[in-house]
Amino acid sequence: MYKSWWKILGSVLVIYTTIGGLLLGVPRLAILNETIRNLYFHVPMWFGMLTLFSISVWYSIKYLLSSNQTDDLKAVESVNVGIVFSLLGLVTGSIWAKFTWGQYWSFDVKQNFTAIAILLYFAYLVLRNSIDEEQKRAKISAIYNIFAFPMMVVLIMVLPRLKDSLHPGNGGNPGFNSYDLDSRMRAVLYPAFIGWSIIGYWIYTIRFRIRSLEIKNNS
Amino acid sequence: MQFAREVKHLLYKEVLLEWRSKYAINGILLYVVSTIFVCFISFVTLENKITWNALFWIIMLFASINGVSKSFLQESKGRQLYNYVLASPGAIILAKTIYNVLMMVMLTTIALMVYILVFSYSPPDFLMFYVSVILGSLSFSTIFTMVSAIAAKAGNGGMLMAVLSFPLIIPVLIVLIKLSKNAIDGLDRSVSLDEIGILLVINIMTVTASLILFPFLWKD
Repeated sequence: MYKSWWKILGSVLVIYTTIGGLLLGVPRLAILNETIRNLYFHVPMWFGMLTLFSISVWYSIKYLLSSNQTDDLKAVESVNVGIVFSLLGLVTGSIWAKFTWGQYWSFDVKQNFTAIAILLYFAYLVLRNSIDEEQKRAKISAIYNIFAFPMMVVLIMVLPRLKDSLHPGNGGNPGFNSYDLDSRMRAVLYPAFIGWSIIGYWIYTIRFRIRSLEIKNNS
Repeated sequence: MQFAREVKHLLYKEVLLEWRSKYAINGILLYVVSTIFVCFISFVTLENKITWNALFWIIMLFASINGVSKSFLQESKGRQLYNYVLASPGAIILAKTIYNVLMMVMLTTIALMVYILVFSYSPPDFLMFYVSVILGSLSFSTIFTMVSAIAAKAGNGGMLMAVLSFPLIIPVLIVLIKLSKNAIDGLDRSVSLDEIGILLVINIMTVTASLILFPFLWKD
């Protein structure tokens, strides 16, 4: 494997958090019961998505300053993987919602807003598809990406806190911190954040390398 | 200052062009009045205040998309090149934004008057509602001006503009509807200060982002 230390680290962390998440002890909370274990999967998905979208906006800014096609390729591939992570986050959230809130889609504020944030990035992909010329496409999509990223952050983090919500931590529900998000859960949750972000980053680098090779072969 | 003078002249050019043909203003006015008329025929009266509010914002949203998208999409290539040579891109986008804001504020005021007349209901806290309408047209104009600049450059026109602008405008719409609902319920004004703050911040962020990003867009 190419540059393997962090890939092995990421894999080990994900395997640890999966097995540990399912086997180690968790606090017993009303309604949640054992489903609280989903925390180890649901939240790291969103964290991975945020990491990937931050990488993407960083490379979009770099592209505007450098006009180097590699930067644009990195931006779009990280958006691709980020979208996959966000869809996984939505799915894990819906499954969790079915068990705790009753339906797969509870029209909870955070659910709705994150769905709209994902639409933002779908619009980014639609924009890229609608322009043929490479340089123009890279430039315009970089600009849209820089526009969309703060809007996504606002939608996912800021607005749900201001409204009533079913999610813990928003709208009058006590966050997990005030329960015992104790050292038992933290010991699995924080490595899960890091592990899934590394896996996401790994997938993105592989995609980027494949696309670079494709482009090199085609030209 | 050179920049302020450029903006002023560009703004004057936009207003003059529009005043000569009155194309956009008449188009949007016709759109708004006919939509309100269709709603009037269907609903006749609206007892439900929430429906009244929602309908108003739907009409405003689509009128804004139509009106603001014309500002970039109807510019011919030759004129764009001419503008590019003469003025700085920041001045161009700022002038277009200010022009769109002025146009939308004027049109939304007229639309609000017609709407209140047709459905003969006016919100208890009218000043707060009017503030929300002004903030709404301001936000729509700033966001849609930038998005229509992006869509115009991409070359595929109206559909792309709708696809791009829809997710960006949703949070703004939600805050606006919350604010106007507060006005309709007649709540105390201090309750709505949060929402007004959020809208102002979003507008400032959008205008700043447009000013920074538009020069890159313009380089073609």
